[in-house]
Amino acid sequence: MNREDFFMLNSDISYFDNGATTLKPKCVIAAMDKYYLEHTSNIHRGDYDAAIKTNELYDNVRNIVSEFINCDSNTCIFTSGATMSLNMVVFGYMKKHLKKGDEVLLNKAEHASNILPWIKLSEDLGIVIKYVPLDDNYELTLDNIKKMITDRTKVISFAHVTNVIGDVRDIKKISEYCHSKGILVNVDGAQSVPHMKVDFKDSDIDFLSFSGHKMCGPTGVGVLIGKKELLEEMDPLIYGGGMNSFFEEDGSYELKSVPIRFEAGTPPIAEVIGLGEAIKYLMNIGMDKIHEHEVNLKKYLLEKIKDISNIIVYNKGTNTGILAFNIDGVFAQDSSVYLNHYNIYVRAGNHCAKELKDEINIKNTVRVSMYLYNNYDDIDKLIEVLRNSKDIFKIII
Amino acid sequence: MDNNLKREIIIENYQDPMNRGLIDDNNYLKVNTNSESCIDNLDFMMKIEDGIIKDIRFDGEACAISTSATSIMIRSLIGKSVVDAKRILINYDNMINEKEYDKELLGELLVYDEMYKQPNRKNCALIPKVAVEKMLGEIENESDY
Repeated sequence: MNREDFFMLNSDISYFDNGATTLKPKCVIAAMDKYYLEHTSNIHRGDYDAAIKTNELYDNVRNIVSEFINCDSNTCIFTSGATMSLNMVVFGYMKKHLKKGDEVLLNKAEHASNILPWIKLSEDLGIVIKYVPLDDNYELTLDNIKKMITDRTKVISFAHVTNVIGDVRDIKKISEYCHSKGILVNVDGAQSVPHMKVDFKDSDIDFLSFSGHKMCGPTGVGVLIGKKELLEEMDPLIYGGGMNSFFEEDGSYELKSVPIRFEAGTPPIAEVIGLGEAIKYLMNIGMDKIHEHEVNLKKYLLEKIKDISNIIVYNKGTNTGILAFNIDGVFAQDSSVYLNHYNIYVRAGNHCAKELKDEINIKNTVRVSMYLYNNYDDIDKLIEVLRNSKDIFKIII
Repeated sequence: MDNNLKREIIIENYQDPMNRGLIDDNNYLKVNTNSESCIDNLDFMMKIEDGIIKDIRFDGEACAISTSATSIMIRSLIGKSVVDAKRILINYDNMINEKEYDKELLGELLVYDEMYKQPNRKNCALIPKVAVEKMLGEIENESDY
């Protein structure tokens, strides 16, 4: 749907790398252009017309986010992306509140940005990382989470949707159970927020991170949402202009209120405006419609791919538009080079989930990840090319 | 070299590479090339005696280009002196990067003489070169050859 809104789709490209980043609709680019062409100015400082306009637009994006995700607008922090958001939770909040011996629950399907910060924190503080085992379908279940909880478990941190397997975790149920045990719930929404309706208040999770560029927005901007009382207790990682009320020679200082205190320096103004436009664009289509479309495409792809004997699929059952597979006996990168020959853009590799190999016994996969603008023609083309993959080396060498 | 012949040599070396599989021997130099730019992950080991490369072995998961290039590189370097090996590595690097090089030195490695047409695969072809260079660097630091 809406293919006419995306310049890159004017050429003969099947873009299946949406888990990495998405294409940008014209309205997002236009909104950013408008800022650069018509009202370039910094925020929160100027008294002239252009600055007032920029201020209004920038601040209003918090309202757009709050409507989109159902949170209070003053709990929405603009960051550089989900990686930064997750690092802010770990080093701004957890570092202050966890102590040696406290346990954090992760799992091996997580992206590097939801594991490596915790590894660093365990090095710094001596917290203990425990990995919740995945089930036979490489999915995270509440039952397995329950088995790993001890008196020392303080936090669980996981992706709402994982970026390789694509299973949807029940954040509301997990949150309800973990809260009953006094455990904080930190959710990486990078792969869910762009693709389905996510409700911060209803799910009652404590922190939610996501990126703009994976949801039709620009690169360099993301969001961290947190419960207000937790954000009040979180330290900024970056200090400077815009986030302080005063500072004096004697070392005294006062920070501005949440969320401004977490946005030191000049923020990515054009990108925040672009993100706001992207969210409006998605809401206009409807998140349920986008999710349904992706799931239908995946079903269609699975139906077709099962007849190709040399394709191994790793995540048949998951209810998102992500499919991880390999051509039997072919290294994933060779497969993606082969597909590129036909203008089919996919990703090959471990997709930053470097511990997942311990669970699926395979290091690298080809990943197809869909979005609203993919269509059945894209899938037919992919299937046709995969069907002819016996000649792969003639093409790539 | 004819393109079909090139392809044949590359595929042969990919499907049945020389000296795949590591051995437990402390007389070997060892290095891992977990490439920063791609997902290839190969371990190398090399034995040098009296300034001569006696053996090179490798193992790991990698694409058709890096695996075949490793196989052909191993075949080209075993039995060569360290000095000659370095000459081959430099000329190989020049070939991949479209600089002047001495064809006479490269033998079967010439199958990659048009790799520059696929810039995203240059690093794949260079993996064995980087690995051997690293291991040679180690002995230079020890300066005992």
